[in-house]
Amino acid sequence: MTTLTHLQRLEAESIHIIREVAATCDNPVMLYSIGKDSSVMLHLAMKAFYPSKLPFPVMHVDTTWKFREMIAFREKFVAENNLDLIVHINQDGIDMGMGPFSHGSAVHTDVMKTQGLKQALDKYGFDAAFGGARRDEEKSRAKERIFSFRSAQHRWDPKNQRPELWNIYNNRIQKGESMRVFPLSNWTELDIWQYIHLENIPIVPLYFAKKRPVVERDGMLIMVDDDRMPLLDGEVPEMKMVRFRTLGCYPLTGAVESTALTLTDIIQEMLLTKTSERQGRAIDKDAHASMEQKKQEGYF
Amino acid sequence: MTKKSYEVRQSEKISHDIEGYLKEQEHKSFLRFITCGSVDDGKSTLIGRLLYDSKLIFEDQLAALENDSKKVGTQGGDIDFALLVDGLAAEREQGITIDVAYRFFSTDKRKFIVADTPGHEQYTRNMATGASYADVAVILIDARKGILTQTRRHSYIVDLLGIRHAVVAINKMDLVDYSEDIFNSIEKDYRKFAENLNFSSITCVPMSALKGDNIMESSTSMNWYHGPSLMSLLEEMDVAENKAEQPFSMPVQWVNRPDLDFRGFSGTVASGTIRAGDEIIALPSAKTSKVKSIATYDGNLDFASADQAVTLTLEDEIDISRGDVISEIGHRPEVTDQFQAHVIWMDNSPLLPGRPYLIKTANKTISGKVNELKYKVNVNSLEHEAGKTLELNEVGVCNFSLDDDIVFEAYVKNSALGAFVMIDKISNRTVAAGMIDFGLRRATNIHWQAVDVDKSARATQKHQKPVVLWFTGLSASGKSTIANLVEKKLFLRGNHTYLLDGDNVRHGLNKDLGFVDVDRVENIRRVGEVAKLMVDAGLIVMTAFISPFRAERRMVRDMMGDHEFIEIFVDTPLELCEQRDPKGLYKKARSGEIKNFTGFDSPYEAPEQADIHLFTANMSAEEAADAVVAKIEAQYLA
Repeated sequence: MTTLTHLQRLEAESIHIIREVAATCDNPVMLYSIGKDSSVMLHLAMKAFYPSKLPFPVMHVDTTWKFREMIAFREKFVAENNLDLIVHINQDGIDMGMGPFSHGSAVHTDVMKTQGLKQALDKYGFDAAFGGARRDEEKSRAKERIFSFRSAQHRWDPKNQRPELWNIYNNRIQKGESMRVFPLSNWTELDIWQYIHLENIPIVPLYFAKKRPVVERDGMLIMVDDDRMPLLDGEVPEMKMVRFRTLGCYPLTGAVESTALTLTDIIQEMLLTKTSERQGRAIDKDAHASMEQKKQEGYF
Repeated sequence: MTKKSYEVRQSEKISHDIEGYLKEQEHKSFLRFITCGSVDDGKSTLIGRLLYDSKLIFEDQLAALENDSKKVGTQGGDIDFALLVDGLAAEREQGITIDVAYRFFSTDKRKFIVADTPGHEQYTRNMATGASYADVAVILIDARKGILTQTRRHSYIVDLLGIRHAVVAINKMDLVDYSEDIFNSIEKDYRKFAENLNFSSITCVPMSALKGDNIMESSTSMNWYHGPSLMSLLEEMDVAENKAEQPFSMPVQWVNRPDLDFRGFSGTVASGTIRAGDEIIALPSAKTSKVKSIATYDGNLDFASADQAVTLTLEDEIDISRGDVISEIGHRPEVTDQFQAHVIWMDNSPLLPGRPYLIKTANKTISGKVNELKYKVNVNSLEHEAGKTLELNEVGVCNFSLDDDIVFEAYVKNSALGAFVMIDKISNRTVAAGMIDFGLRRATNIHWQAVDVDKSARATQKHQKPVVLWFTGLSASGKSTIANLVEKKLFLRGNHTYLLDGDNVRHGLNKDLGFVDVDRVENIRRVGEVAKLMVDAGLIVMTAFISPFRAERRMVRDMMGDHEFIEIFVDTPLELCEQRDPKGLYKKARSGEIKNFTGFDSPYEAPEQADIHLFTANMSAEEAADAVVAKIEAQYLA
């Protein structure tokens, strides 16, 4: 008998997790951030239920500040794969004129992303939400369960997690409480890229290098994606060969200079780079243990 | 240095032949291991060191680590590797590991996932969580301290969970002058202890995680040691289980039915290999068929083996649902509703035999209970000890009975079909991990005796509907008084009744039971069974028991048919009960003469939604009794 490769094992484990949710939760949803991890997670879900279509909807919590190319990709992907997509935007935030330039990254992310997500979960009464987080991303994530319990206030209590043994997952909850489920927990960044490569999974073109208009601000290269971005005195967008290692709100996501035009170029660059993945995201730098705190408050 | 050349080798490969590098990565073997041992034996330091030495720490992390080491580190300004892995704020503050962390790294030869688990006894459950995924256990021992209780506890638990390979890492050798004698004596002690365990291999390595001795390369400080470094051991270790060659079994997880033409059974293969055309049997129904196809997104497969997630379609339309197991005909798993199992208790509230819990197996969740705690295992001596309950982190052997059949195999034979968790029905917490030893035969030998005159015939003769009026409340709340009045009123109306009173039952049927939690549960279970027989006889039954726990009241409710259980909360404030105190019990409880008295040192869990709620502070016993009769009149007494 052939033994399974590392990636085949990870794939089987993720499919098992995704099926378990479909079989035992009343009203699950898969969160879709349009990033590479989300794309892998969706691909695995389609595999899990083939030939059926996904037995749950896919939801994007849109902050209205995503790269335009992300939204275009989302629309195309959803149409091609016959997915039920819910797009949720925090209307309260829109009414307040929320944005990263006017309110700062922390407030913007909290209102449009964290509060937006909680709002959407409450609105649709989802009892389980899949997220694409990986344990190798960040220290508090390394400690989180695959089925991660959230109180009715969407809070995570890291000191009181349920023991989780074998592949037997306890998803029992009371009304109002919910589960966040992370099928990619045991994947590394390299695994994700390698799987995208082997399975030909489409990803947003922003991951590949291209000449794009950027300005340098606080040590980060920010792409001028639309005219909502106010330029400071002396700032002139420059066309540079850049790409993005992670995707999010364009004013908060730093580009890296790169010549990587193909997937193998990207992988090669990633392996030779010595900065870990989340450094491109402004949000983690705020405070110590900041991700743990955000997660306790309901951030994914 | 090897470290550098490894890095250079990798970089060159990546730069010049990325495709080749990826192919190599794809086919690298893979090992999951766990580090365990007592607190301060250096587990987090070891993992930090492995990550550092295998270049998994990026520059930005390294800068943050150096910064943190100065701020909160325990190494006097040197890099404190433990800070890398202790990710929760509380862990960094207290300098201990609380929860299991999963870490990923790879070398030339292998990819690794390591579960870094806590050493404190109170977090043993988190350690067991990590152990359930691992192939190898690295058990750390502080060379200065030798074998401690936690060393034995962790060794026993990883053994119980089925890990067959133990690496005993005798750490902090730098603090005992790299003494060969100390190493030898600890190794001897450990092997003696492990004679009673089932490890198929035990390897002892002297090392210093802090200094890097025998971690990646052989140490120059211990020339007397000729064995491999920890890393080369982990790289070379053969842990293949040949699961694919065992008889085929697959728990059905989800039925895949997109349209009328396709009906597939999805699940992860637990053991063995399946091919299109193979004959199979579905359990517990024992219906047989043949595999028509193994359908996947990437096309139909010729065969599938253990650990693959697949969807099977069958030649025949047989009824199979989640909870069933598809297996090879000649080697079918067993079906039972009673079994013996080893249990690791993981909750702060103790195991209560008789209380119903949810039992979740690979693919089924059912109600079940521990009938008997046969014995506890002392993790220090591995001796059997008598006990009535299991407390947090204790291990015991129990007989279970379930409300329905499960398909299983012994855990040692097929862990996927022998493992289960126990879930508290009210808090929903995972309270225990279980490993089935064997099925108990008596389940199949006791059958219900069918009788011709049944419950409804008996009830019709009495012109009433049988029901249990379950009075619950504090001692001296007025349960017996009100129940007694209700019975009088019903008797005068010509109804057929019986009153089961707490004190009276304790003089006879339950005189062997005391007032600790386990006995309280058994007390209510027996009363429930008696009440059930009386309901079957067509009677209206009143019971007056404190019955302090929600779970047991729910258990009795679940025993009865629909509308046969009415929960009546006699809601009397504690102060009022204490003022009344007809039997002088509160006085004795106050003075400490009586222990485990409800409302004092034993909890009362008030009903959340009683069917009838009597606020006795504002009504007489007579009024309360009238209220009960009025409430049941139309439905039960006509």
